[in-house]
Amino acid sequence: MSAQREVWITGVGIVSALGEGLDQHWDKLMAGGPPPYDDKTFAPYITFPVVPLNLDTQIPKKGDQRQMEAWQRIGVYAAGLALTDAGIARNTEILDRADMIIAAGGGERDVAVDAAILTDVRRVEKRDAFVNERLMSDLRPTLFLAQLPNLLAGNISLVHGVVGSSRTFMGEEASGVDALRVAHARVAAGQSDITLVGGAYNGTRWDLVLLFRLGTPLLEAPFRPVWDRGPQGALALAAMGAFVVIESREHAEKRGARPVARLVSVQSSRNLRKPGESESTLRAEFEALAGSVKKDRAVIISGASGAEPATSEEKTVVAETGLPVRATATYIGNGMEAQFFANIALGCQAVRKGTLFPPSGSGDTGTAPAGGIAQALVTSVGHWRGEGLALIERID
Amino acid sequence: MTSRRDRKGRPIVAVTGIGLVTPLGTGKEDNWRKLTAGESGIRSITRFATDGLRTTIAGAVDHVFEEGMHSAELSEKLARLAGTEAIAESGIGSKGNFPGPLFLAFPPIEIEWPQRFAIAAASGANDRIEYGDLVRAAGDPKFRPFYEASKYGVVPDNLAEHFGTQGSPISLTTACASGATAIQLGLEAIQRGECEAALAIGADGSITAESVVRFSLLSALSTNNASPESASRPFSKNRDGFVLAEGAAALVLESYDHAVARGARILGVVEGVGEKADNFHRTRSSPDGKPVISCMQKALADAGVTPEDVDYINAHGTSTPENDRMEYHGVSTVFGERLKDIPISSNKSMIGHTLTAAGAIEAAVSLLTILNQRIPPTINYQVPDPAIPLDVVPNVARDARVTRVISNSFGFGGQNTCLVLTGEPAA
Repeated sequence: MSAQREVWITGVGIVSALGEGLDQHWDKLMAGGPPPYDDKTFAPYITFPVVPLNLDTQIPKKGDQRQMEAWQRIGVYAAGLALTDAGIARNTEILDRADMIIAAGGGERDVAVDAAILTDVRRVEKRDAFVNERLMSDLRPTLFLAQLPNLLAGNISLVHGVVGSSRTFMGEEASGVDALRVAHARVAAGQSDITLVGGAYNGTRWDLVLLFRLGTPLLEAPFRPVWDRGPQGALALAAMGAFVVIESREHAEKRGARPVARLVSVQSSRNLRKPGESESTLRAEFEALAGSVKKDRAVIISGASGAEPATSEEKTVVAETGLPVRATATYIGNGMEAQFFANIALGCQAVRKGTLFPPSGSGDTGTAPAGGIAQALVTSVGHWRGEGLALIERID
Repeated sequence: MTSRRDRKGRPIVAVTGIGLVTPLGTGKEDNWRKLTAGESGIRSITRFATDGLRTTIAGAVDHVFEEGMHSAELSEKLARLAGTEAIAESGIGSKGNFPGPLFLAFPPIEIEWPQRFAIAAASGANDRIEYGDLVRAAGDPKFRPFYEASKYGVVPDNLAEHFGTQGSPISLTTACASGATAIQLGLEAIQRGECEAALAIGADGSITAESVVRFSLLSALSTNNASPESASRPFSKNRDGFVLAEGAAALVLESYDHAVARGARILGVVEGVGEKADNFHRTRSSPDGKPVISCMQKALADAGVTPEDVDYINAHGTSTPENDRMEYHGVSTVFGERLKDIPISSNKSMIGHTLTAAGAIEAAVSLLTILNQRIPPTINYQVPDPAIPLDVVPNVARDARVTRVISNSFGFGGQNTCLVLTGEPAA
């Protein structure tokens, strides 16, 4: 195997219920106010809507904005922030060969059309024929393009000009971890010099509230931190987008890029989630990193989802490490494919600022180390599957 | 033992197992016989009512479909069939224990109309039905199977469990290039030395009334409903769109050294891959063909070969007016004068367009082409398009010396992937 190259994160873009960009996120988190959730729109369920975005700044053509649905606009916007932060926005020489790996959901539906069909179909005899006719006449032709997961990447190519390559992974939180793992491995092995990697999700949609309600508890009032949502656990669906630009150290230095942090390692695993399996899998991932972790200067940014028993099992493992822990979903909700990238972004900010926001809930422990934060361990224990762990390091 | 490396010093990646399911049948033997006989798998749709649809034909896998199956279930069944055939041929690992990761090209799935009807009925709403009514009814545990049928992570996890693949399974989509991307991800993982083997599957069983509507609304589909078998006409002057189809293919990818060490039969080699995204339009390829030209050139460069070294092009060849014209422009630029001596055929003339699975199916057929030294035809080629002067292997299969194939996959959303495939290097 070829010698491994050092991988740097050189750009970060994030939008969520907390704001736009890392500084807004950090200011809100450090202030320790109430999480910015919405308990009205999808009552009784609590969700985390994304802050209003000035789309024109990242998606200048109105036509482009119209051809996308919310999840894509959020993603294209966040990707633009990351490219800008990395200093490669509109740099066609680099964008022409920049690779892209996206973790995406999709399936955005026209809920008004669905509801009207469900209402009217009860009065007709030939149900299937009626649905065909209504779909043919009522669906906007371009809606399909907002439903395809790969069209987030497609829109990023169109709007921002990232065209080296384009791959889209699917599968909730785990797909985000795998996207970053593969992107990291490709850069480390010399298969890519620079890659835009990230995800976007819009959980503040009726069709997704319906999907999750079919199989998993959703958070209702009173609001509780992810660690403390009872034996059944609960998710609070969110809208968010988060992207990072990663590149080889050589490539970054050659173009004079300012590094945000070093991406040391990304691991991902799966199991069938029998009792205790999340715990043992995540523990093994921490053990694999034991030699690289600076115990007195590392913190854990937890991606705990609030689903149980996965969250309790994660709590056991992170507590064993003795490191300070902060779970972010308490403040930004569940953004599925985008979640891990949001936490990677926040982990970058922790090592850059050396500060840690106030704890919230029983799993948040410890304070920022006195000697400063040199490393962030970012976990992802998916609400249903997938255990992931990344190590980010401050570059001094 | 000295390790076999490619022209760039990377581990050579061999194919040691192939599995194939298409509208023509299950298993590569049956498929190969029908593909080389020039048979069409396109029929009138019978799975659901087609009243009110502009297109009523498809390459549905009715021999695999079971009544009431959701797209996710049918696609998973297709993936299992193809994966099982490939692993059995390869002889790798042991039952339920595949010694490498899974890369799965899979269609995006969601709640479908039968489920929506069931939830709506349970909502008890008498007047207008809103999504809020569905949500209120959705907590009933009897609907839990709908959740699992509509969640992206479920099928890759089921398949990882079924085949016993290692690590986190990767489910991916790059639209019509997905199957080729799955192979590419496996190839790269082996080249990085992360694993000795990988299972790459492309599967798609997602023909529903709504999927037909969606493609119809984009004016992408053939409406030649009267004669289904002749509706898919790649490179013909009277082509009028693609025909939706279903199917799956699986490849067992393995480092050449690993395969040789365990005495496996080498079916072929994935020699190179190229990809290039297009930022021209959401559904249309750049008319100048630049991205697909670059994609093919990158694939050849990755393989360390030149256009002179290619004997056959397995075309993307969708039968849409635009794709086939653009693909001609692309191959004529890349291959120049040499193009007149290179046969190029489209499997989609017989199978239809299996979308997510197409890149994997066409890679499998390309390997069978090399193994059998016989090129499947482009059927329904009755009216040549003078603007596309190609040797499309019209209507009848042809024996030919084929040592190296380039297989093209160009996707909606501008995602393009090309594979370069060859036979056993020692042969």
